[in-house]
Amino acid sequence: MSEEKLSGAELVVRSLEYMNISTIFGLPGGAILPAYDPLYDSPIRHILARHEQGSGHMAEGYAQATGELGVVIATSGPGATNLITPLTNALMDSTPLLAITGQVASEAIGNDAFQEAYTVGLTMAATKHNYLITNAEEIPQILLEARHIATTGRPGPVLVDIPKDILNQKVEWIEPKLVDLPGYKPTLEPNPKMINQAADLIKKAEKPILYVGGGIIHSKANEELFELATKFQIPVVTTLMGRGAFPDGNELCFEMPGMHGNYTATTSIQKSDLLIAIGVRFDDRVTANPKFFAQNAKVIHADIDPAEIGKIREPEVPIVGDAKSVITGLIERLEGSDLKTTDWINELNQMKKDYPLSYIQEEKGPLKVPFVLEELQKLSDEDAIVVSGVGQHQMWISQHWNFTQPNTWLNSGGLGTMGYSLPAAIGAQAAYPDRQILALDGDGCFQMTCQELITASTENIPIKIVVFNNGNHGMVRQWQKIFYKNRFSASELTHHTPDYVALAESMGATGLRMIEKSDVKKVFEKMLEINDKPVLVECIVDPEDMVFPMVPAGGSNDVVILNEDDLKKL
Amino acid sequence: MSERILSVLVEDKPGVLARVASTISRRGFNINSLAVGPTNIQGRSKMTIVTELESVEQVKKQLNKLINVIKIVELDPENTIESEVLLLKVSINKDTQTSVIEKASLSGAKSVDVGSDYAVFEMTGASKDLDKLENLLKPFGIIEMIRGGRIAIQTKL
Repeated sequence: MSEEKLSGAELVVRSLEYMNISTIFGLPGGAILPAYDPLYDSPIRHILARHEQGSGHMAEGYAQATGELGVVIATSGPGATNLITPLTNALMDSTPLLAITGQVASEAIGNDAFQEAYTVGLTMAATKHNYLITNAEEIPQILLEARHIATTGRPGPVLVDIPKDILNQKVEWIEPKLVDLPGYKPTLEPNPKMINQAADLIKKAEKPILYVGGGIIHSKANEELFELATKFQIPVVTTLMGRGAFPDGNELCFEMPGMHGNYTATTSIQKSDLLIAIGVRFDDRVTANPKFFAQNAKVIHADIDPAEIGKIREPEVPIVGDAKSVITGLIERLEGSDLKTTDWINELNQMKKDYPLSYIQEEKGPLKVPFVLEELQKLSDEDAIVVSGVGQHQMWISQHWNFTQPNTWLNSGGLGTMGYSLPAAIGAQAAYPDRQILALDGDGCFQMTCQELITASTENIPIKIVVFNNGNHGMVRQWQKIFYKNRFSASELTHHTPDYVALAESMGATGLRMIEKSDVKKVFEKMLEINDKPVLVECIVDPEDMVFPMVPAGGSNDVVILNEDDLKKL
Repeated sequence: MSERILSVLVEDKPGVLARVASTISRRGFNINSLAVGPTNIQGRSKMTIVTELESVEQVKKQLNKLINVIKIVELDPENTIESEVLLLKVSINKDTQTSVIEKASLSGAKSVDVGSDYAVFEMTGASKDLDKLENLLKPFGIIEMIRGGRIAIQTKL
């Protein structure tokens, strides 16, 4: 008995259900319309974004918060081109994403048809892999393959482009099977020989540093990392993408190194004799000029992506494998050894006392972002998820917020995509309706994707947004102060337009404002009480503030600029 | 900088050539020669890529990340047989005809079409021998020349 025939569009929806996808983000349009019809009857929750870029970041926020696949759906042409930023963002930060795009009908492809773009070509360098479907029968199989590629190995975005006639083609459902992909076999288990070599180096090290990043979070290896660090007393620094992989506040945690990292984290690497790098990629924001990076250290570099190993720094011990297996292997091989790191840890703790992160919040003076952040953290839940934009506020959050759990810090690290915060927060809240989701954004960033506030209101997604309004593109202004003789070319926005409170209210959210120190606690208390709709707090802050410490791009991590006076060193 | 020969086994899927070429060009590397064709295995093609690089390690790793790339081998020039095909159309006249055909056939080229004012030669062989033929016939006026790209195979198992 042959099964009832289904359209390609029905197969798309049925495949998503088959893969237990519960929430997707998107925006309809001509070429993808057939897929929206069966979606109408599906239990899958579709969240209607106001711009495709927003829908892409929502899917990323969902994926970053849960560690699971985020799904976004868009139409052909501009729908697909608007996804290029979130796709590239997901590629840089290794976020598992599935993008489904409509395409013009097969026979019109290449004819410059209405809303046609060469989506597969345009997204080739923005995805881990992409597909153009040419027969509806392939839909379930390809979508399953796409999920497999997106979520395994080094995670990343996969796009599936489906022409409109294929969405309308009637075929039978063929049960998808995870067939062997001959060119895709991620190495998960590390070579034991390499683990032995690494363990031997660790046993001999006097000043080891665990330099860990997003790979720990993707691999869900935070507990193993905790065991490795605490059992053998190895200090830890966490990169921007790795914040929360090891708990801040632990005596072994020295937090973020790099361009705006704290002095101790950056300097610990410079003084270290052994870098144990796991799930990191020696990003330029961490290393500054790699020639001067960790010159006294031998390097163990473990990553699931072989192309990261030796890309920037040739390691003494290269290890290809999943972070969890690597760390478990190291713990086994180190069992019973007693590392003599007490002096080293004491040295770092003394450094931390001598070079603390500091700011001065005057009683009557303008609000300082670090102060506001610390006050907010006192009032918010332990498992609150913080979602940031890009720039000064992002660096201050990473510096001053205490991250104690993985997947509680979402930001655009690699691509540095302004506008990420608000839509990504919506995605995170869609995954966790009952957790506090805090979108902590700058005014420049907020203006890039603020229309998604309407999405939050209409979909009853009660995110809490704080817009740090310094009336400027703050990081641009900071660079113009330091490197361009205070010539503030095109970096000034204005403190007054828009009226953020009125804007929030007009978009169905509650708008609040804080200006003085005495406002902070009561406004945040009010913000955290509102759980039936989104709420936006405008926080007016000082445009003259700069983020320190700072190591200028291309500089040496041996020369850390600690404050404004220190700029004379440049 | 020395010449490197990469032999890349790929799945015969649409877009695979674009993916490989863009991965190489993204890093700013030039491709001296690229040849693609089917293999003895159904659904698999082989690309032979000749490029000039200090080190191909990073490019190899990046290419390996492509889902449709199955295997990459860097061929050792010492143990490699190389071949390339060439088609060359050259001007001739009554006075030069004999000498052109003689020179070409002594070089190992085969005349495949001879008209009153042109001759077409085909030659298969090592790239440097094809270069020689080109230089030899240049004085007579080459009208058009096409080379098929270098293909290579390792001599040892």
